[in-house]
Amino acid sequence: MTTSLRPPETSAADRAPGGGARLAARLAPPAVLVAVGLVVWQWYVTVADVPPQVLPSPLRVLEQGWAYRDQIWAHTVPTLQVTAVGFAVSLAVGWAIAIAVDFSPWLRRALTPLLVASQTLPIIAIAPLMIIWFGFGLFPKVVVIALVTFFPITVGLIEGFAATEQQATNLLRSMGASRWQQFRYVRLPGAMPRFFTALRIGITYAVTGAIFAEYVGATAGLGIFMSLQKNSFRTDLVLAAVLVTALLSVALFLATYAVERLVIPWWRRG
Amino acid sequence: MADGKLAIDGLHKAFPGPLPVLDGVAFDVAPGEFVSLIGPSGCGKSTLFNVIAGLETPDAGRVLVDGEDATGRVDHVAYMPQRDLLFPWRTVLDNTTLGLEVAGVPKREARERARRLFEPFGLSGFESARPHELSGGMRQRAALLRTVVLDRPVLLLDEPFGALDSLTRTDMQTWLEEVRARFGWTVLLITHDIREAAFLSDRVVVLAPRPTRVRCEVTVDLPRPRQVELITSTRFAEIEAELLAALRGSS
Repeated sequence: MTTSLRPPETSAADRAPGGGARLAARLAPPAVLVAVGLVVWQWYVTVADVPPQVLPSPLRVLEQGWAYRDQIWAHTVPTLQVTAVGFAVSLAVGWAIAIAVDFSPWLRRALTPLLVASQTLPIIAIAPLMIIWFGFGLFPKVVVIALVTFFPITVGLIEGFAATEQQATNLLRSMGASRWQQFRYVRLPGAMPRFFTALRIGITYAVTGAIFAEYVGATAGLGIFMSLQKNSFRTDLVLAAVLVTALLSVALFLATYAVERLVIPWWRRG
Repeated sequence: MADGKLAIDGLHKAFPGPLPVLDGVAFDVAPGEFVSLIGPSGCGKSTLFNVIAGLETPDAGRVLVDGEDATGRVDHVAYMPQRDLLFPWRTVLDNTTLGLEVAGVPKREARERARRLFEPFGLSGFESARPHELSGGMRQRAALLRTVVLDRPVLLLDEPFGALDSLTRTDMQTWLEEVRARFGWTVLLITHDIREAAFLSDRVVVLAPRPTRVRCEVTVDLPRPRQVELITSTRFAEIEAELLAALRGSS
């Protein structure tokens, strides 16, 4: 456990004094790339005189997005709510399944193929059916989000628990620890780094999952907003909503690092 | 055998395969005695150790502690694995109290009991440090502290210094010799290091290759307390030679 759980060497640099400068150095290359892309886009649209219904310029997207900010915000709130509820359900289901599987070899054998099978479901075909079955309310959207996010979380936890070394298990057993105590003292804390990695993967899918569920059918939300604007050829507003979606996903992704530092401060310390 | 602290009585254990792993292993350890087990690699030392630690049950034979049947029970011996297995989410002090916590000792009392051992274990001032802040030798001492604080009749040490560099290793052996004399522990050490076995032990049990039996026992009649200079003495060299010969099967 000493080797596998010791933070990797690079992590010391992440949190060392002067981390701000390092962060800037890490963010600079992608920022440059994005800036170049936007300039080329703006230049092409202007020079080729592309109609905004086909491809609006980045400046127009920002300008129109700002003009419609109240409306976009009004649709952002329901999307955030759906995302939060769906992801919470996903977390609860993921933890419950992972813990059950960790305690029962039978369940491990029984559930693993089903978990994999759940990922082969074509969500794109299932989501409209959900609307037919469950209507335009919260429930079908929560199901879609849970379906697309619970898999990485569940698998991350199951593998995290199972990665406990045999020697660590033996040590605990020699102390007289029950299976539950082994779980509480070693398997659970040992799985936390993997859980947070899985959480990051899951949360990036959560917002897009919500958008997709709303796109198929909703009364409010960024997904239905995009769908409506597309139908009235307001490509600029569709892209403005896409930008908001991307920002939300990035913000949630970064938030997991903050939570990680609170929950497992011993991790990533040099 | 009845007056032994630990008595290993005719252990047999087989896994699917051509040869049984343990084929009637028997020896005993007197109270306060330091006994080492050495054997060629793959001789089933870890299986034997797991059986003595109560982690595996033998097909036949018994493990007796203070004359009482302790076969398959974990609460008679305190086991220190090869790797220190200090958990990064616990402070050094809380790592050393883990076994007590598992046993249901209140946290405050567990910490009090462990804290008292930090000075003799050379860990004073590192109670609230994290394991990664300790040197290799200190980590092993913390792991040993976690083992002895359980206050069980017999200590089982499974190649505790195997991963250390040779200088730290020598220091740790000298330190273990001192601290054992001070606390009067009964110790069973598994090692593949003949010099370590000779330096620390009252007696060395040499195991034959699979199927594992006790090939012979070598008494180490060197005076205690032992200092590192001892290893250059003629008698020490003779014992080393005797152990080497026994291990190679020419005795």
